[in-house]
Parts: sequence; structure tokens; C-alpha cells
Amino acid sequence: MQAIFNKFLGGKSGAIELLILSALIFLLLPATLDIFRLNLVGKYLTYAFAAVSLVMVWGYGGVLSLGQGVFFGLGGYCMAMFLKLEASDPVSTARQTTPGIPDFMDWNQVTHLPLFWVPFHSLTFTIIAVFVVPTVFAYIIGVTMFKRRVGGVYFSIITQAIAAILTILVVGQQGWTGGINGITDLKTLHGWNINTNSAKYILYYVNGVLLIATIMLCRYVLASKLGRLLLAMRDREDRVRFSGYDVASFKIFTFCLGAVISAIGGAMFTLQVGFMSPSFIGIVPSIEMVIFAAIGGRMSLVGAVYGTLLVNYGKTAFSESFPSLWLLLMGAMFIGVVMFFPNGLAGLYDTYLKGYVSKLGAMFSRKPVGQQA
Amino acid sequence: MDGYSLSDLWSILVMQGFSGLSLFSVLLLMALGLAIIFGQMGVINMAHGEFMTIGAYTIYVFSKIATNYFPSLMPYYFVLAIAAAFIVAFGVGYVVEFLLIRHLYKRPLDTLLATWGLSLIMQQIFRSVFGAREVSATLPNWLMGAWKPTDTIDIPLNGLFVMLVSVIVTGAVMLFLYRSSWGLHVRATTQNRMMAGSVGINTKKVDRVTFAVGCGIAGIAGAAFTTIASTGPTSGSLYIVDTFLVVVFGGAASLLGTVASAFSIAQAQSILTFFMTNAMGKVVTLLTIIVILMLRPEGLFAAKVRK
Repeated sequence: MQAIFNKFLGGKSGAIELLILSALIFLLLPATLDIFRLNLVGKYLTYAFAAVSLVMVWGYGGVLSLGQGVFFGLGGYCMAMFLKLEASDPVSTARQTTPGIPDFMDWNQVTHLPLFWVPFHSLTFTIIAVFVVPTVFAYIIGVTMFKRRVGGVYFSIITQAIAAILTILVVGQQGWTGGINGITDLKTLHGWNINTNSAKYILYYVNGVLLIATIMLCRYVLASKLGRLLLAMRDREDRVRFSGYDVASFKIFTFCLGAVISAIGGAMFTLQVGFMSPSFIGIVPSIEMVIFAAIGGRMSLVGAVYGTLLVNYGKTAFSESFPSLWLLLMGAMFIGVVMFFPNGLAGLYDTYLKGYVSKLGAMFSRKPVGQQA
Repeated sequence: MDGYSLSDLWSILVMQGFSGLSLFSVLLLMALGLAIIFGQMGVINMAHGEFMTIGAYTIYVFSKIATNYFPSLMPYYFVLAIAAAFIVAFGVGYVVEFLLIRHLYKRPLDTLLATWGLSLIMQQIFRSVFGAREVSATLPNWLMGAWKPTDTIDIPLNGLFVMLVSVIVTGAVMLFLYRSSWGLHVRATTQNRMMAGSVGINTKKVDRVTFAVGCGIAGIAGAAFTTIASTGPTSGSLYIVDTFLVVVFGGAASLLGTVASAFSIAQAQSILTFFMTNAMGKVVTLLTIIVILMLRPEGLFAAKVRK
């Protein structure tokens, strides 16, 4: 029991890291921010799912996916389709030429619901779809690429092309997807109004819990034999292969896991922000997700969350006052991290602070010396 | 296809084929620089599109100077400006290699990230210097207009010009890589750095010049590009994925492969665009490339080397 628990938490220092992160997400931020800012943080935390998935796929799996936005988008669009169908019941869309279908379909002269939209009337189906659609997609990509030993740079470029294709498709098929505007005007989740302040608070906390749970799941995966194999593969793929392991399957599993994690983030994004659009799935958002992970630390699950929060906070703060400076700063930050701190903030933490933190931990866990009478 | 007469169909075929050829020339010009940087050196330069934009803005600046101060030189400035586009992009590339790229040769995926950061910075600089709006150079008169071989066929002159430039540049790159002693040094360095160093080749210098030449060619691509479209701060980034696909599809180390893949991608896209919408034509082309790449991960013309 103890051992399993340790695996989820990642040992003592891992537990402290998780505790600090939870305190930040659940206590400090809600106590200090108003609901508008908190909702913004909630939005950033949905990106953190993608960053965490990149730590798994890129940091530990050793393949840089530049298409994580694709999975974020798949999850987000699945959720958005359900919410949109709920928002376009025949009564509230009575003024349309064809009542009962989403408004953008009406504008684009689509007169009946496309077949692939129909199952999204059901919430159960939608939730399953959020998990299954990205997994299947990632599985197909993974099998075709990793079984043929496509890796490294080639994998990055192909995933990037896939992100480009998906964006073009979504933007092009306006009548089916809402085009460049995306799916907007989402109102209720199973009758529960998601635009009220209380709903936003609840969604924020749900999102936080899911994120912490995801990190713990990833910790568990990494602590298992699979995790050690991933590291071995990243360093000497050939040796692992010659030892009789099916390298491709492990990579496929990690890639699928990363896809699901991103998709959860996407679905939570749709719920919290109230819309989904192609501007969150293409090449640029996918690379930004890599930036979050890189700045937080590509080998640190918790670091990825901090990286996401920090970069997005900086982006919001700077783009409010100096929009032109922000791009420069972000570019410089990116170059700096890659050149001088390849392990990001987490690497800095490991080098300079970790010693103090573990001393602190030891102070709490051990009885202070000299107090026994 | 009813409603078209046979001669109409013929003209459509010729004009669509020609528009495919001009797309081919643009893609080829973009891809040639990348084929050197990525194919020969293994550096993933995400800022390649921005080097193209440097070339395009150079032309714009030259056209401004020519129209404002030397109107009499208007017909000739363009040739000079192309040379300048090469030199400016070459210079920037040289500096970038020295400051950034040379520290990352052993970490190819990190060059991807660092050069992405570089591209953000360059885009912002373009925006600050030239403004966010798209600009276009004033072209000399001899580039305007069209050549009409028959009544129904129009061949735009700027397209012909771009084709001419790409033929010249391709030839020059072939000569540079396979006939000059510099090219020999480049190929030796990329194939076996230690061995090349030990026979007296200054591999660091070779790296720097090779990278800069690749950037300079991107500058020429940008210069040629101004004859077709206007230039904005983000023009380059629109082409970067296409360009990478061209290089990867052709087989990274093969120049012949780059030419062949640029040709097939451009023609496929141009012909499909005629039958479907623009977006779908592009989607189908990209999907086909990806499927072929999954079957042949090394590209069409893989170099036969032992790994």
C-alpha cells in the first residue's frame, strides 16, 4: 500500500512538490484573485495538461510532438459539439430556417445535422469520445510512424504537418465545424449553466483536481517498469530493442497517453472558456505548448505546470501593456532556455534549491534533536 | 467536364500547369536553402521563412530608394536588389550561426526550438521596422504583363521570371555543392566531421559559411517572391511547413530529390486546387505526402548510406 502510494506521489520530495502545487492551485490563487483572473488561471491550467503530456512524450519518450494542439483540439471540439447541441434546442433556435441545428450550420446553408454530430447529443458518448477519439488518432499516427522507426526530427515535422492539415480542414469545413470562428455561444452542461460565477469556481476546482490526478498518474507510469524503459530508450534505443523489447509499442503507448492528457485539457478548456476555435489547435499553439514544457522543464511534470502559468501570466501581463515587447521577450526567453537551461525552471530548481527543500522536508519529518527529556 | 470545348480545356491545362510551375519555382527556391541547412547540416531552421522575408523586405527597400531617388535606374534596380537580398540574408545567417546555431549542433531538436524563438524575434523586428501591414515593391515595367502565345492562354511574365531565377539558383547550388572545392569541404564535413577536420578542413568555418549560404538562398527566394505577392512580417512563416515537407519528402540529403518533390507537390496542389476548393486541394496534397512518408520515411530519394 505504502509502496503504491509512493509511486503515485513520486517519493517524499515528489509529495512535497505536489503539496506546494496543490496549495497554490486550491488555496493561494482562489484566495487572492477575483473570479475573472481566476478563470484566466483556469484557462492556463488547461494548457498545463498539454505541457504535462509533452513532458511524457518529449522529455521521457524522447520524441518531440509538434502536434499536441491537435489532441487538445480534438478533446475540446468533442466537448464543444455536445455543448453546442445542447445550446441549440429547437426552442432557442426557432428563428432559424432549420430550427434545432447549431446556428453556424444554419448560416452556412446546412439543413440537417451531419451524421458525425448526431451521437454528441449524449453526454456519456461525449465523455467517452473525449478519451477515445484522440487515442485512436494518436494510435494510428503512432503505429504508422513508430513501427516504421520514424523518429526525431521527421516525427516533429510530420506531426506539425498534421496540425496544419487539421487547422485547414476545420477552417475550410465551415458548415460542419464553425470555421475560423469555432464553436461559440456555449451555455449549459446538462442543464447546468456554465457561465455563472459559481460554475466557474466549480470548473476551476474540477480542473485543478484533474490536473493533480493526471500528474500522479504520470508519476505512477514513470515509476513503473515502463518509465524506466522509456528513459533507457531515450538514451540508447538500439540496446533496448536488442534486449528484446518492442520499442515501438512503448512509444505508441506514451504518445496515446499524451494525447488523452492533452484532450482532457482541451475539454476542460471548452467548459471553462465557453468556446473552441481553430486558433488553439494549429502549429503556433502546438509550439507554444512545447514552450511551456521547455520553460518549466522538459523532465519535470510539476515544472511544466509552473512553466505554463509563468509564460501565460507573462504573456497576459506584457501583452496588456507592451504587446510588441512580448514577442521579443518570448523569443529571447526561448533561446535562452534552450541554450543555457535545457531543463528549464525545474533544472534550476534541482541545481540551486533542491538541497534546501529536502533539508526543510527532513526538518519536518524527523523529531528535532535534543528535545527529548 | 462538359461546357468546355477542347481548346478551352487545353488552355486550362496549360495555364494550370503553368501556375503549378510557378508554385514549383517558389517552393524549390525556398527548399534549396533548407536542403543545404537541414539536408546537409542537419540543423532544423524554423526561422528559414524569416530569412526569406528579409530578402523580400530588401527588395522593398531597394524599390523605395529607386523610385524616390533614382527614377532613371528603375528598370535595372531589381537585379541589383536580388544580389543585395542574398548578401543581407547571408550576413544575418552568418551572425546567427555564430551566436546561436553553433552551440546546438549536437542537439537537433533544440535547434528547432531555438530557431523558433529566433523567428518570433525576427517577426517582431520586421513589425517594428516596416509596420504590421503588408507592403509590396514597385516592380520594373518589364516584369509586368503577360505573354500570350495564343488567344486563350495568358502566361504572366513575373511567373516566368521566378522560374528563370529558380533555374539559375538551382544550377548555382549544384555547382557550389558538387563542383567547387567549397562544396567538397561541405560534403566532407557533414559526412565525417572528425575526418574532415583531421585532413585540414576548418570545419567551423565550413559550417558557418554553409549555414549563411542557405540563408542567402532563402533571401533570393524572398526576392523572387515579391514579384508574385506582397510581404508582411509573417509571410515567411506561412511557407515553413510546406518547405520542410518538400525537403523531407525529397529525401533530406538529395538535391535531386528536393527538385523532384517540389515539382510533384506543386503540380499536385495546383491540379487538385482546380478540381476542389483551395483548402481541400492543400489538405489532400499534404495527406498524400504524409502517407508516402510513412511508407518511405527517408523520402523519395534516400541517400544510400549505412547507419
